[in-house]
Amino acid sequence: MTPDHPSADHGSTGPGSSGLGSSGLGSSGLGSAGLGLPDAGPARFASLDEVRGGLAQVGYLADEAISGVVYLADRLSKPVLVEGPAGTGKTQLAKSVADLTGARLIRLQCYEGLDESKALYEWNYRKQLLRIQAGEHGEGEREGPSWKELEEDIFSEDFLLARPLLEAIRSTDPVVLLVDEVDRVELETEALLLEILSEYQVSIPELGTVKATRLPMVFLTSNNTRELSEALKRRCLYLHVDYPDLDRERDIVRSRVPGITEELADQVARIVRSLRTLELRKAPSVSETLDWARTLVILGVETIDAAGARDTLHVLLKYQSDIERAAKELLTAAG
Amino acid sequence: MLDLLSGFVVELRRAGLPVSLTEHLDAAEAVRHIPLEDREGLKYALAATLVKSSSHWRAFETAFEVFFAVRTPGSGAGGGDPDSELDGEGEGEQDGAAGTGDGGSRGQGRSWQGGGGGEGMTPEELAEMLFKSLLSADAALMNVVARNAVDRYAGMEPGRPVGGTYYLYRTLRNLDLEAVLAKLLGQAQAGAAGGQGLTDLEERLAADEYRARIEKFRRAVETEIRRRLVEDRGAEALARSVRKPLPEDIDVMHATRDELAVLHRVLQPLSRKMAVRLARKRRHGRKGPLDFRATMRRSLSTGGVPIEPRFRHPRPAKPEIFVIADISGSVASFARFTLHLVYAISSQFSKVRSFVFVDGIDEVTRFFEGVVDPAEAVARINTEADVIWVDGHSDYGHALTEFHRRWGDEVTSRSSVLLLGDARNNYHASGAWVLEDLQRRARRVYWLNPEPRDYWGSGDSIIAEYAAHCDDVVECRTLRQLEKFVGDLE
Repeated sequence: MTPDHPSADHGSTGPGSSGLGSSGLGSSGLGSAGLGLPDAGPARFASLDEVRGGLAQVGYLADEAISGVVYLADRLSKPVLVEGPAGTGKTQLAKSVADLTGARLIRLQCYEGLDESKALYEWNYRKQLLRIQAGEHGEGEREGPSWKELEEDIFSEDFLLARPLLEAIRSTDPVVLLVDEVDRVELETEALLLEILSEYQVSIPELGTVKATRLPMVFLTSNNTRELSEALKRRCLYLHVDYPDLDRERDIVRSRVPGITEELADQVARIVRSLRTLELRKAPSVSETLDWARTLVILGVETIDAAGARDTLHVLLKYQSDIERAAKELLTAAG
Repeated sequence: MLDLLSGFVVELRRAGLPVSLTEHLDAAEAVRHIPLEDREGLKYALAATLVKSSSHWRAFETAFEVFFAVRTPGSGAGGGDPDSELDGEGEGEQDGAAGTGDGGSRGQGRSWQGGGGGEGMTPEELAEMLFKSLLSADAALMNVVARNAVDRYAGMEPGRPVGGTYYLYRTLRNLDLEAVLAKLLGQAQAGAAGGQGLTDLEERLAADEYRARIEKFRRAVETEIRRRLVEDRGAEALARSVRKPLPEDIDVMHATRDELAVLHRVLQPLSRKMAVRLARKRRHGRKGPLDFRATMRRSLSTGGVPIEPRFRHPRPAKPEIFVIADISGSVASFARFTLHLVYAISSQFSKVRSFVFVDGIDEVTRFFEGVVDPAEAVARINTEADVIWVDGHSDYGHALTEFHRRWGDEVTSRSSVLLLGDARNNYHASGAWVLEDLQRRARRVYWLNPEPRDYWGSGDSIIAEYAAHCDDVVECRTLRQLEKFVGDLE
């Protein structure tokens, strides 16, 4: 069967479907695969290679899996759930994709106790109260407005405080939405993400449904501290980012640490790889590897020996028991 | 292609992955966007839509290798020249199954001598080539060596009903990878700059590097064997035989060494997740009394009128728990896992005391005090616990009697008692009166039995006698069952 590239959607957006009248139902244009989503806009990436090359240009070295999933997410207009140990570049991926496509990055940092008023939208009570009080007195000789007019007025868009999720939906310029550490929110609170992830719309009871004119690229990151709900997972494409292999880590070190020699980068990558095979409480992540490499460059070290590594081990490992174990197993006895 | 994908999804579901219909549709949609020749891209596209948990990756990969195996061109023609073989084996090449459209084509007695030039290789030449390929980390050369090794050593015959691991074992045994590793290290030592030999650190790094290469080679051999088996038997049949259980479903008592390693890796994040889940359940169960201050603060945003009351978090009492575990023979590994899990979530209990026995009983709480990683403590138990009394065969009666004598008074109405064992008593006295007494004193008494339910009561198992005095007897063979039990505890 022949691969069937979807016809590129020409023209920027569909009809103004973010209309906020009381009926508030924008037209559902023929979106991706006719799923009733608004127009996806032109596909951001023409091919898989373009994704990989583009990410490398903005400084993010992606492997097959990562670039494949980003490409698919663009084509299918689905959000991406990025899971993995801390410090492996999950948040950085979203930032790099934003850089690459020239989009604005909107970030929602999740924490326990996050609720609708901080994530989706909130009514500006104070402004509404003031409006009501101002309306009571009217202007000069005229009577104040009738209740019906007032009601429509205070529940209009001026009085709506848009939080990150709503802002991402309403935006007319290209946007990358990053929902960071989604495993920290309660299971029940995840529910407020579901509508956005599957249909890119927000329902506001007083106003109606706000649909996205331009579909944002959505990234959710998780550190896997708890099991996410099935409903959330099935709306997303899943990407597991693990610690990189030797070659990729070496390339990352060389590109991110200015002034490092190839030999030193190679040694750094090898030592970190060996450390990860030990049973540590927290294995060194990519960001810690980069910190260590920078430390070595600043100290002017050209090749690492056991003593030098032992002295700077605290940059890599963050638990005393881990440091002791690494010093004992790696840096004294032979393998 | 859709048929192949459907078969693949069915296989994944059989392996235990929860693939829903929506995900299946997403996968079908995703596959449309991948060019046909890109096997790696296909793999990651399918993984992104079908696999939603990192612990399922292994099962997915196995099934993928079977269903979307690489076919070499011209192998039916009785061996092309080695160059075309190399092209065929390269990565990202031929999605053979999709290309021919009949993923499960039964082998029409395809010739096994796929590597044209390999027939004439002597064992010495093969060993030499292996050594060279590992030294230079040449992937293409490794593949050629893998193919020739399988030709020569695996002894594969079409139609023979043997699983893939047997062939793998035979091939690797004949290649003697340990000796090769030693030789590589020796060469590295000798060839070190300055002729002084490597420092310890360098030696360790070199060893890790060679081990990684050998692992790559091993995987190449495995792929080659699997490819041939698929050609011979077809995808579905092979999938059934190589299907690997998910970590949560591995039967702890009969786990192989590799599976135990997988379990260990899964145990730590699992126990962390359980602790988080139990803590949440505890906090959000009921509402406590009214919290006046919080309500007044909340009311400020509505002009001082309290519209929404706030309640204090309830703090239910944490149970105490006594774990009494049989660590004889086959039950030992199960007991270790349970102890590990219980201690990992020990913040949910106000006190955890643990005891192990074979025919004598000993308290092992002291090993777990102050230790961050329960695995270390569990390892110590094996060597330091004093559990042999007479002959080291299980004697539940004596162990329980001893427990009652030494610690029975400390079981209160706030405690829950957890017994782990298969109740195989070697025909000693049962000591069930101890359980009767404990049930009277304690809040709850549970028994976890790692044997399948059908075996209970057979032979010298006297679980029925003990069950009469337990609140519940639970069959607990896999991590999944254990997780469920601990989640429902109290």
